Amino acid sequence: MTQPILSRIGSALVVVFGVCTLVFLLIHLVPGDPVETMLGENAHPADRQALREALGLDEPLPEQYLRYLGGLVRLDLGRSFQSQRPVADILAERIPPTLELTGAALALALVLAVPLGVLAARSRGGLLDSGAMGFSLIGISIPNFWLGPLLILVFSLWLGWTPVSGRDGPISLILPAVTLGTGLAAVLARMVRSSLLEVLEEDYVRTARAKGVSEATLMWRHALRNAWLPVLTLVGLQLGALLGGAVITETVFAWPGVGSLLVEAIQNRDYPIVQAGVLLVSLAYVLVSTLTDLVYVWVDPRIRLG
Amino acid sequence: MGGLRIRLPAVLLLLWTAAALAAPLLALTPDHIDLSRILAPPAMDSPLGDDDLGRPVLDRLLIGARTSLAVGLGVVALSAVLGSLVGGAAALAGGWIDLLAVRTIDVFLAFPGILLAIALAGILGPGIDNVIIALASVGWVGYARLVRAQVLTLKQRDHVVAARALGAGQGRILLRHLLPLTLAPLIVEATFGIAGAVVAEAGLSFLGLGVQPPQASWGSMIRDGVAYMLVAPHLVLAPGVALLLVVLSVNLLGDALRDRLDIRLPRG
Repeated sequence: MTQPILSRIGSALVVVFGVCTLVFLLIHLVPGDPVETMLGENAHPADRQALREALGLDEPLPEQYLRYLGGLVRLDLGRSFQSQRPVADILAERIPPTLELTGAALALALVLAVPLGVLAARSRGGLLDSGAMGFSLIGISIPNFWLGPLLILVFSLWLGWTPVSGRDGPISLILPAVTLGTGLAAVLARMVRSSLLEVLEEDYVRTARAKGVSEATLMWRHALRNAWLPVLTLVGLQLGALLGGAVITETVFAWPGVGSLLVEAIQNRDYPIVQAGVLLVSLAYVLVSTLTDLVYVWVDPRIRLG
Repeated sequence: MGGLRIRLPAVLLLLWTAAALAAPLLALTPDHIDLSRILAPPAMDSPLGDDDLGRPVLDRLLIGARTSLAVGLGVVALSAVLGSLVGGAAALAGGWIDLLAVRTIDVFLAFPGILLAIALAGILGPGIDNVIIALASVGWVGYARLVRAQVLTLKQRDHVVAARALGAGQGRILLRHLLPLTLAPLIVEATFGIAGAVVAEAGLSFLGLGVQPPQASWGSMIRDGVAYMLVAPHLVLAPGVALLLVVLSVNLLGDALRDRLDIRLPRG
């Protein structure tokens, strides 16, 4: 059992290293002078030189890279151009709201997707199936930067039930979570359905049915328990999309998380924050997908023992 | 039902393409500011109303169709070519080259795609070219992984072995004997890729990182309209519905193509 786990952790570490390197290169790969990009073409030469030295851009690339890696190990992510505060402190403030939002969206997606998928699978080819899958297709196709404003229009402006934006108590979480969770719910509902349909073909399901097990017990006790593995994998894969979607959703709702921080930083050309934000979200994604794989190994005896 | 599910999206996509191609031929005035028509609701002479500067929403929508089509096709073409070459060459070469390619692909997959595109677009600066470059820098990975997997299973086929025995070089084997066989799944992936690129372009423009004003994009139209949502909902509804219809149609066609070509793709 330890062999697949160790090799999975090993490759995750390689990826983490690659992610750090790519984020470092991001700013250097860009054609032209990063300092000019930051300060604009009309900046004073003395300002340029000062910034170049402050960023260590006058050193050779390998040296800059080593210094950057050394900083990462010490959790020293540099200082914000804008506020001069340590980037690590700024990020730390923004992490809880993002966890709250993505957690709520994920929970909502699962709560919606499982019944929807079960309903569709039970009435395969029927009206309910078409309805559920049509709903899911729209959910997949609707962009969150459009769904968000629509929800604000209906529930905040017309009905006045929820605040328009900001993070102020559980009610303010509802619209952002729905906006972010809808796409995931739609993808998951499709997966629950197809995974269930596959499981329902299995011999043991037929045996259970022949023994007179009720359809409801069959679905919830027998089929779902085996159908949820592919769903779990998909959740792990989709977390990247969820985190990416959080960037836009947070901007729509002025939700004070890492995503809206990143967009503000890009608009302000505050590159230390951009770098650290991209790094943080990507590392979180690597961590979660590795954990998903490990859980997979742990819960599926065919992998664990095979 | 089955016929309609293909025909309806096909018609919608044809309309989209026609609008995009015909936009420069029509006498459109997307940038014409008419202060007397600010936030005017839809009317006979302006079917979709006017925006916050009194510009006709329909004209801007048509120009926006051009933007989204250009980005959708540009991104998919660039990513598919780049990804196929990298994935195909890696699988064919094997050894450390393949290992390096796999690790690179893994690293790119570790970034939530839109996040990397947002950062890249922010660093590269606004403009339609940079949007295409940013999205293709993220998009090639899916094609590389797909083609690599295909070529790995195909490269031991008899016709490839025969071509090699006849003295064909690696490049010729890849381009003439392997890549054509990977076309079916590639087309399905590219179809979904168009939907992804169109949404991503609109998303970048929504964040202010895409095409710049006064150039119209459905994403920037939504962003500009949000401020006037209560008094002029048509500003947000029109581009959003257009975007939804295009993406929905592409996804429906992608599903149909996948079923038709009987392909199982790992949908991430």
